Amino acid sequence: MPMFLREASLKRHTVLDLLFRNLTRVSAFGVLILLAAIIGSLLVGSMPAIHTFGFGFLTSSDWDPVNDKFGALIPIVGTLVTSAIALLIAIPVSFGIAIFLTELSPRILRRPLGVAIELLAGIPSIIYGMWGLFVFAPLFADHVEPWLNDHIGTMPYIGPLFSGPPMGIGMLAAGIILAIMVIPFIASVMRDVFEVVPTLLKESAYGLGATTWEVMWKVVLPYTKIGVVGGIMLGLGRALGETMAVTFVIGNSHELSKSLLMPGNSIASALANEFTEAYGELYTSALIELGLILFFITFVVLSLARYMLYKLGQREGQVS
Amino acid sequence: MLSLYTRRRIINAVGLAISILAMAFGLFWLCWILWTLLEHGLPALAPVVFAQMTPPPGSSGGLLNAIAGSLMMTLVGTLIGTPIGILAGTYLAEFGQRGWLAPITRFINDVLLSAPSIVIGLFVYEVYVVHIKHFSGWAGALALSIIVIPIVIRTTENMLRLVPTTLREAAAALGAPQWKIINFVTLRAARAGIITGVMLAIARISGETAPLLFTALNNQFWNSNMNQPMANLPVVIFQFAMSPYEDWQKLAWAGALLITLSVLTLNILARVLFRQKAASH
Repeated sequence: MPMFLREASLKRHTVLDLLFRNLTRVSAFGVLILLAAIIGSLLVGSMPAIHTFGFGFLTSSDWDPVNDKFGALIPIVGTLVTSAIALLIAIPVSFGIAIFLTELSPRILRRPLGVAIELLAGIPSIIYGMWGLFVFAPLFADHVEPWLNDHIGTMPYIGPLFSGPPMGIGMLAAGIILAIMVIPFIASVMRDVFEVVPTLLKESAYGLGATTWEVMWKVVLPYTKIGVVGGIMLGLGRALGETMAVTFVIGNSHELSKSLLMPGNSIASALANEFTEAYGELYTSALIELGLILFFITFVVLSLARYMLYKLGQREGQVS
Repeated sequence: MLSLYTRRRIINAVGLAISILAMAFGLFWLCWILWTLLEHGLPALAPVVFAQMTPPPGSSGGLLNAIAGSLMMTLVGTLIGTPIGILAGTYLAEFGQRGWLAPITRFINDVLLSAPSIVIGLFVYEVYVVHIKHFSGWAGALALSIIVIPIVIRTTENMLRLVPTTLREAAAALGAPQWKIINFVTLRAARAGIITGVMLAIARISGETAPLLFTALNNQFWNSNMNQPMANLPVVIFQFAMSPYEDWQKLAWAGALLITLSVLTLNILARVLFRQKAASH
């Protein structure tokens, strides 16, 4: 090839290299723009509500579309309470599943069982909602809630939480469905995190005569603490933003009730139910502000979760 | 008084028994939900479901327009989201060693990966639906593509990182320019993994309801114009399941079974495909 041709081809490749590199860079930058655009558009959309209600929006329990009075307290409380119930159930169960998958399960079963748990995570949330409404809620109302009323509802202090008409749908039912939904997320993070623990460490503990339970509780868990918390926060992020599963079973009533058996509302289900039917600028804007609050809460929770998982990843790098 | 040894043994046995129960607990829900779907969905899954439009309340019909709408929006959403996701993932894996952009993008992307999908619906409503003043299939596809992007970025980066550096060095030693190395060597080597990621993303968006509520909404009639409100399975299921009409509820179960089967099939296929490819290398 003559010299000038080779130079031309070299130049062409330099230009193409530059083009390609910048194309990928712009795409990566697009992710940041996307985040900024989401926050920006929600802020713009909720401006009318922010101007009208100020910070009082967060603490007011009004929700009166007729008189244009809105407050976010009930949906926020509903979101937090259902997520808390979900975590209360999901954390111990996920821990058990992770122990089973890393330490106890026979080798042949390990993969299929792991996949089965991940499939549970793959089922669309609307299916959980439907199942919750048609199958779970009636059984819950007939068998579990009367029992709760009779046995726990009469106790002092926590009694009022568990007494109320057995309707099946309500905050407790929503929390339980959420728990079933987040178990696979937390369990698979815990399993991955437990597998990070160096075998040497575990074998040393076994060599000293520790039982499997002691190895998990006193060696593996302390070693992976930060990652486990990260996994839990990841599940919390999911639970807070979950829409369809909650919408079906929470009952969608804008009332603050002491009892967990009563219907309530969460941010996501208020949006799903009311947004397309909202009339007037202020109503729409109040709903968008709810969305902004939800995005803010989940953003903080998920950032913390990622930060903790990175920390564990870094330590893994140092040890090995 | 129990000896220390016996007590430790008992605690161990109890702890392990509880963990086995926890595993059974998890599988129990999976089986119960699948069983319910089969029980209610199979009888409702008549050929009519694939042949007729969604009916008005109280009469019988099918889900044809919803199935078609779901397929179209999922396809368009994937087509928009995948190239952007692959390019951005390539940047993170191949050019992301230095500078501030890659770490921040990686972090934000991981957060967006599990951001509430209903907020994405709100976002598309605010920036698109409000301006064109009506719900549309494009808006739905756009919302779905925003869910696809983070998933594809994550898997592309992970898969590219698995490609051995020696492969890149070998190509570079032959005189290949970087864009050729990435396009014809590394991306090709990571192809199976990236396809797996795209399949998982499709599985995820084909069941998403929340982002479609404010974007594509619903349409009772046949519609192949993406610029109009568009029927789609998840929203139809939502509307029909919440209704008091028995015919509608039956159709909702049929739709639910269809969605779950396709999502689970995609999930399993993706895993099998990836394992075969990984084994053959």
